[in-house]
Amino acid sequence: MGIAQILLLVLGAILVNNVIFAQFLGICPYLGVSKKLDTALGMGFAVTFVMTLAVAVTWPIYYFVLNPATSFFNAFMPPDAVPDLTYLATLSFILVIASLVQLVEIVLRKVAKPLFDALGIYLPLITTNCAILGMALLSIQKEYNYPISLVFAFGSALGFILAIVIFAGIRERVELMDVPKAMQGVPIALVIAGIVAMAFMGFAGLGG
Amino acid sequence: MASRSVAAEFVKGVWKENPVLRLLLGMCPVLAVTTSVENGLGMGLAATFVLICSNVVVSLLRSIIPARMRIPCFIVVIAAFVTIVDLVLQGFFFELSKSLGVFVPLIVVNCIILGRAEAFAYKNGPFYSMIDAMGMGVGFTLALMTVGTVRELLGNGTWLGFAVPPFTLHPWIIMILPPGAFITLGLLVAGMNWLTQQQEAKRRQAAREARLAKGGTA
Repeated sequence: MGIAQILLLVLGAILVNNVIFAQFLGICPYLGVSKKLDTALGMGFAVTFVMTLAVAVTWPIYYFVLNPATSFFNAFMPPDAVPDLTYLATLSFILVIASLVQLVEIVLRKVAKPLFDALGIYLPLITTNCAILGMALLSIQKEYNYPISLVFAFGSALGFILAIVIFAGIRERVELMDVPKAMQGVPIALVIAGIVAMAFMGFAGLGG
Repeated sequence: MASRSVAAEFVKGVWKENPVLRLLLGMCPVLAVTTSVENGLGMGLAATFVLICSNVVVSLLRSIIPARMRIPCFIVVIAAFVTIVDLVLQGFFFELSKSLGVFVPLIVVNCIILGRAEAFAYKNGPFYSMIDAMGMGVGFTLALMTVGTVRELLGNGTWLGFAVPPFTLHPWIIMILPPGAFITLGLLVAGMNWLTQQQEAKRRQAAREARLAKGGTA
């Protein structure tokens, strides 16, 4: 894959196949943490960090342990005795991601206190964020190789930041508006998301 | 806790605490797979199966699972059932499995299921946990089907694949596309809010009239 194709992949992940507006992954933090611009940014950075890290860890697990064609069992077993563990992908990924987030939290608290203060409160929320597990599963499904998977995850996370930041900016203004009582809070947020999603549809076809 | 009514536990999940329209949980699949009623129904049933099984198992194991380790234990139980559902769908309903895509394994991180394990099954017996899961599952499925109905009718002019005459004339493609999902769900949640507020206002009005009838002050 050439540099131009990689750029197209990133651009596609940010704009065309945006995690929120096109793939509907990670709606909960998107609606929950988008009331203020600075918390939205914090959440966005935490998601970027964990999403890239999660794909960095789950990809080798899939290809070196679960997948019978390439697993490390091949080194000391005849090919027909190698177990096919791919059905364990969901289970092992979610456990690995959950413990990874815990580990990151502990390490950050010791090593990088400022970063921990910035991301700390968002990290536990991220464990059950479907965007993280979704991206880990998608990069396996799409059969990307290791570097491309990482680029794909990072690009998607940038798309998440873009979506949540645009949305927080709009929501800060909506706070000042006279919204009908039944529409206040989540309903109006969803309708706004729909309109922003319409705007994002303008990117369809860009780079395939 | 035998005095609790089974019906009340069930209805709670369908209406008063509807997981999607009231508690606003598990929105990702609701938005993503509801391009048709069929997909919504399939997703709803898959999640309901996982919900019932995991609630019963968590409830049976609740004396063994240590409090500090409970979330990882719940996740393992849920993930096991999700894997079963995923394999069954792939084996027997390949088309459905393909259109639900990554959202079948993502049932693992659906907040409704983990939420019910934590809030209900860990504290209650297996029978009530099952009823609770059935109520929540039906509520989730109904919400999915409602969104699916609106989107499929307006966006495609069909319901469960059958053409519905007045809607076939001018299908609004936008309803099948992502923006339609957000707007439909937003308006449905608003409608739910409006109904609750109306009921609330009526109840307050009735209470005030009752006080006045007794000769008190308003």
